[in-house]
This record gives sequence, C-alpha cells and structure tokens, in this order.
Amino acid sequence: MDFKDTPDEAKFRAEVRAWLEANAKPKSATGFSAENPRFQQSEQEALKKAKAWQAKKAEARYARITWPKEWGGLGGTPIQQVIYSQEESKFDVPTGFFEIGLGMCVPTVMHYADKATSERFVSPAIRGEEIWCQLFSEPSAGSDVAGLRTRAEKDGDEWVINGQKIWTSGAHYSDYGILLTRTDPKAPKHKGLTMFWISMKAPGVEARPIKQMSGGANFNEVFFTNLRVKDSQRLGAVGDGWKVALTTLMHERLAVGGGAGGSGPDVNELLMLARETELEDGPAIKNAAVREKIAEWYVRGQGLKYTTYRTLTALSKGSVPGPEASIAKIVVAPKLQDLNSFAMDLEDMGGIAVGEDAPAMGAFQQAFMWAPGLRIAGGTDEILRNIIAERVLGLPGDIRVDKDIPYNELPTGR
Amino acid sequence: MNFDFSDDQKMLKEQAQKFLAEKCPTKAVRKILEGDEPFDRALWKQIAEMGWLGTSIPEEFGGLGLGHLELCVIAEELGRALAPVPFSSSVYLATEALLLAGSKEQKEKYLPKLASGEIIGTFALAEGPQPPTVKSIKASLRGGRLSGVKTPIADGDVADFAVVVARSGEGAGERAIALAIVDLKGEGVTRKAVKTLDPSRSHAEITFKDAPAEALGAAGEGWDIARRVLDRAAILMAFEQVGGADACLAMAKDYALNRYAFGRQIASFQAIKHKLADMYVLNELARSNAFFGAWALSTDAPELPEAAAGARISASDAFHNASKENIQTHGGMGFTWELDCHLFYRRAKMLGLALGAPRVWKDRLITHLERKNVA
Ligand SMILES: Cc1cc2nc3c(=O)[nH]c(=O)nc-3n(C[C@H](O)[C@H](O)[C@H](O)COP(=O)(O)OP(=O)(O)OC[C@H]3O[C@@H](n4cnc5c(N)ncnc54)[C@H](O)[C@@H]3O)c2cc1C
Repeated sequence: MDFKDTPDEAKFRAEVRAWLEANAKPKSATGFSAENPRFQQSEQEALKKAKAWQAKKAEARYARITWPKEWGGLGGTPIQQVIYSQEESKFDVPTGFFEIGLGMCVPTVMHYADKATSERFVSPAIRGEEIWCQLFSEPSAGSDVAGLRTRAEKDGDEWVINGQKIWTSGAHYSDYGILLTRTDPKAPKHKGLTMFWISMKAPGVEARPIKQMSGGANFNEVFFTNLRVKDSQRLGAVGDGWKVALTTLMHERLAVGGGAGGSGPDVNELLMLARETELEDGPAIKNAAVREKIAEWYVRGQGLKYTTYRTLTALSKGSVPGPEASIAKIVVAPKLQDLNSFAMDLEDMGGIAVGEDAPAMGAFQQAFMWAPGLRIAGGTDEILRNIIAERVLGLPGDIRVDKDIPYNELPTGR
Repeated sequence: MNFDFSDDQKMLKEQAQKFLAEKCPTKAVRKILEGDEPFDRALWKQIAEMGWLGTSIPEEFGGLGLGHLELCVIAEELGRALAPVPFSSSVYLATEALLLAGSKEQKEKYLPKLASGEIIGTFALAEGPQPPTVKSIKASLRGGRLSGVKTPIADGDVADFAVVVARSGEGAGERAIALAIVDLKGEGVTRKAVKTLDPSRSHAEITFKDAPAEALGAAGEGWDIARRVLDRAAILMAFEQVGGADACLAMAKDYALNRYAFGRQIASFQAIKHKLADMYVLNELARSNAFFGAWALSTDAPELPEAAAGARISASDAFHNASKENIQTHGGMGFTWELDCHLFYRRAKMLGLALGAPRVWKDRLITHLERKNVA
C-alpha cells in the first residue's frame, strides 16, 4: 500500500510544476485567491482572464489531460489529471467557466455527433474560445428532470423548439448548449425525450440572468421561441434523449479529481482564523469546543481525500471505481455550509460584516451564502441519498405514480 | 498510486472472514456475553494456531513476520464478527509495546509466547472514570515495585502480564511517567472482574501492592512510548470498528428489505433509505481514514499520530452511528435481548472508549495540525 508518486508520476508532477511556475503565480500564504472569479470587478473581466488561462493550458495540453491527443488532450491517465489539479490548486489561477462544457456537454457531443461536428467543436471548447451550457432543468422539472415540457416539433428537415429552461449556469455567456426536449408528449415521460445541440446566439434563444440569493447572477432563465434547429443537430435517436442525458450525467460523475474539493474556505482557513481570533478565554484555537469542531471537519475532508485515492487506485488498475466515488458532494456541500457558518460564529458580532470589511475578504460569508446552492446543484442532497441507497446499497426505488402513464396525462402542480 | 491492500492481503481477509463466520457466529459471542467464561478459549486457540497473534512479530521472535497491513485486514474481520477474545489487548497493545520499547531479552522472553498464545498480555493505563493524563496517573513505581489500582483494564482478569503506566520517583511532567511489565500471576497483584456495558469482552480491576515490576523502555520515556502504543493500537482498532460498522449496515439492510409495513418493504421508505445511505457514507469515510492509518503504520510514517487520530475519530463515529441506527431500523425487535443489534451497540461504545474517547483524540489531532502549520 502506497500513495506516494511512482517514478513516472513524480516526473509528471515535476513537469507540471515547472510549467505552472513558469506561467502562473503561487497562491499567497493565506490561501485566498485574488483570481477567484468572485473577487473580480466584473464577470466580463473574470471571463477574459479565465479564457486566457485556458488557452495557455490547452497549448501545453493540460486543458484536458485524459482526452486523446488527436482531440487536444494529453492522452494521460486520471491520476495525471489529479496530479495536475493538485499542483494547479497551489497557484493563483482563474478556473471555472469551462467545467460544464468540457466535463459534460462536449463529451456528450463527441459521443453522439458525427466526426465532423466533433471536430468543429472540440478544439475551440478546449482552448476556452467557446463556452457550453447544460439546458436540462425547467421550472417544473429539476430533480425530476424527465418531467420537462420544452417541446421540439419536427418540420421537414428541421425541428421547431418552444419552451423554457431555468437555472442554466452560464447561459448568458455561453456560445452553445445541449438541450433536452420533449418530442412525444403521448409517450411515458422518460420515453418521449430528444437531445440537441444548439447555438445560444441563434434567433429564438433568449437568456435572462437570475439573481441568486448570494447576489451574483450566474444562472439564467432561457426562453425558446420558435427556435429552429437542423435534424443534424440531434444527439442520439429521436426518443432516446433520456439515455443521452444519462451519458452526460455519467461524465459528470467520472470527472474525478475535478471540482469536489468544494469552493470556499476549508479547514486550513478555519485553523488560521482560529489562531487569529481572541475569544473570552484566549485564542480560539485553544478553545476545546472549537478544536473539536475543526477536528470533525478535518476528518471528514481527509476521509473523502483518501476515498478519492481508493477510486484512483481502482482506475489505475483498470477496474471500474467502486461506489465509494458517489459520496463526494454529499460530504462536501453540507460541510462547506456548516464550516463557514461556524467561522462566522468565531468572528462573533463582527461576523455579520461582508466583503472587504470582513476578515479574509469576507470569504467565509461568501461561502456561507453560496453553500446552499451547492447542496442543490447537480443533484440535491436528497436525490444523492436516493442514488446511494438504490444504486450502491440496492434498496428499492421510490414508489412511482408516473411510470407508465402518458406524459400529457400526468398531474402537475406549481 | 496504489492505495489498497495487495491481492495476498485481500485473500487473507477473505479467509479470516470465512473462518470467523463459521467459528464465531453471534451465537458464540452471546455465549460469552451471557455466561461466566471471560473469553472464547476454543476460538482463541484456533486463532493462535493460525498464527494471527504473531502476524506482526518478526520470525526471529516466533512470529509470522508479516506486517501491520496483514494485521489490519484480520482486525477488520474480528470486528465484523465481534470476536470475544483478548486480541486487541494482547496484540495491538502488549505486543506493540514490546516491539516498540522492549529490550532484546524482553522480546525474547515475551514475544514467542505472545505469538503462540501461550501467554496473554494487556495494557494497564486507566484509573477509573476520567481520562488518564500525566497529572492524573497515581500508580507508582519505586525501586522495581509497583503500587496502585488500575481499572477497568480489558482482559485484566485473564492476562498473564500487563504493561503498566505508572509514576516513577524521578523526572518532572511527562518525564515522570514510566512503563513497567508486571506479572499478573505473581505476588502483590489482586484482581477482580469489573462488570461492563459489553460483557462479551472481559474487564478487571487490578490492585498492585509492591508488585515486582520490570522497566519497559528508557527512563523518562514512558509517556511518549504509551502515546505511540496507543496511536498504533488506534489504527488497528479502527479496522475492527470499520468491520463492526459494516456488519451493522449489512444487518440493517437485510432487515429493511425483508420487513414490510404499510404494504411495502420498509427499505422503500426514504427515511430508511436515507438513514442507510448516511450510514454508508460515514462507513466509507471511516474506511478511507483507516486505510491512511494502515499506510502510516506500515511505513512508520511521520504522519502516524495524525493518521491514528483521524482513523480513531472517524471509525468511532461510524461504528456508533451504524450500531444505533441499526437498532432504529429494526424497530421494537431491535430493542430486544434476543436480536443481535445490542451486541454491536455495546461493542461500538466499548471500542469507542477503550483507547480514550474521541473527544480526547480530537484535541490531539488539532495539536498535530497546529504543529504542522507552524513548521
Ligand atoms: C447553482 C445552481 C446551478 C445550476 N446549474 C444548472 C445548469 O447549469 N443546468 C441545469 O440544467 N440545471 C442546473 N441547476 C438546476 C438543478 O439541477 C436543480 O435545481 C436541481 O436538480 C433540483 O431541482 P429543483 O430546483 O426543481 O428542485 P425540486 O426538484 O423541486 O426539489 C425541491 C426539494 O424537493 C426534494 N425532492 C425532489 N424530489 C425528491 C425525491 N424524489 N425524493 C426526496 N426529495 C425530493 C429536493 O431534494 C429538494 O429538497 C442548477 C441549480 C443550482 C442551484
């Protein structure tokens, strides 16, 4: 048993590190990133910086390490991807913006579209020139996304699309999207769906940013009014949209070593705060209750880290990762919420301040306001528990009242 | 990256699981829980014959000369089976203490017999219902004689010798604490069984009155060695806890699939599904933390104290949670003496306290993190 780098891995780490040193600045000692999109003056500015960094990475073939060389990747292993992510996380670089596209949408296109289409899209996506979004959720279909209403109707060699998506991250700056639609309302709901790729700049597409409780507006409502797409933009067979969507979501889960680290202050930042903060009886770090809390979160984080190592070991031996890979978000998101709330408690009455007036540039407060979204996006805590219970433990599915009923006869609510 | 046990180690685990399923069903655990025997002697004998007791003892001292990783996989299975034997006292604690701090003569004298099961060892630290600390230790060691009361000591009634943590006449603070090996069958030692929450593992109060004692380890290093022994034992015990937690999940799942209420399997209610999903998550985190401990133990890494604390906190939490929610999943049946749920609930609490409560280990963990951040 060992998780030290093999000689090959160590060599790769050294290469990556040298490249990062030549191209980026290390993070400051406090760990807070000036390049974090949430600290940028404007989204436009953040996007510009992120695109420039993505282009650099693509040139060095680090933008998609596990993709084959002919698609602009490095043809590397998942472990190399993790090594890269570990090293990159020590540098102050602007990331985000591209994960949905490169992690989910573009792989789906590559899986289902013809070669020419893939060739058209892959390289601009990997260089960060074109951004993709995922148009699945609707006002009446989130967890139950197969209940969606957006209609696509065949008209000659084209499809005409009408309806509305919601919560679409990045739709307002995206160039393309993959869109799940209903093509047969008379079929049971999972059977009448079809997937397309669309241009977000096409006439008939309108993205309206929605202001989040955290203040920003990263997600959108997207309206389709007589949007016309060619039949050649269809991904997978007519009526097979659910299968295609599952491919997309599978890619999301396979993105090991990607995001799951959470997006915000973690145990190290909390330790730092505890050291600096004076409580009634001395520095917070000496307070037993504080120590106990930090230890608990640390152990959860470490448990997850070593779970990832177990997953990677399985991958490196060529076997399919075990179900342990599915626990990440359910651990990370509630921890992010509770840990940052506790950090604010340490700041006591002053913890209510936000932004530059708050300690650590308000990073704890920001994470506190963002964490509720992480518990919902990409499968809610409850849906993830269902997935673990059903797919990992083999417990029965929920009782369904909508199974073999034609979609257009299903009851609807708010 | 190779963060997993080897194929040979996994095979050993499978063998152990099969062996214990056959020789140590919960019926055997109950026999000890309800009867007068302090431990399952027949099982102990067979475990000794298979060489498990000497897994990490070098061949020159009569052991198998395997490593701690092998011991980890065996521990997990002992935990799954709730094996009612003095394995943790004799192997994780007494043997580890001798391996760490014993002189050549001491190793020659004790290790071969520990490996063969001819003698049982234990570790005597506790002195009643409070955490033992440098300040609180009262047992005293003067001129090769030990006096004081240690309680409750796991397997103290059946062990042949104990490694005792005591206060010596010399040194201040930590340096005043010494370790001594005491023959529990010799003069100056009286012991009586202590009733505990988990009678499937026996405990005793041991009173020493000028009992002859032989020093273990260098003078002034007793506390440090004791901590290191506890760290090592914590990792091995974490595997026992993970095994037990896993058994609870399996039991809860099995019951939930077969019990019907409101016209359906109770496993189809989300309240039950989500409870078991949470159990699974905690168990996996504990397993992964235990893996890190196993790595640190097998490579004697500088991270060992931190890894031990992480493994112990995580495994204690997982086993406690799994054992209590297993009862809940069983409803009224879960609260009966007849069903096995309470065996796990008792063992989970017992193991969670045995090497010091998680509270204490959390504090230690932060101390390690503080040091690391300063460095
Ligand atoms: C920050 C953010 C970014 C997002 N980005 C995108 C995006 O880019 N593209 C996209 O398509 N979507 C996106 N989403 C949408 C997201 O996938 C949905 O919000 C999510 O799946 C939940 O759906 P809902 O909002 O309709 O809530 P609902 O499904 O109505 O859920 C409401 C509550 O009911 C619970 N619930 C629902 N069904 C069950 C069940 N079967 N069992 C138990 N409890 C249940 C939920 O857990 C939740 O607590 C984003 C969401 C957020 C917050």
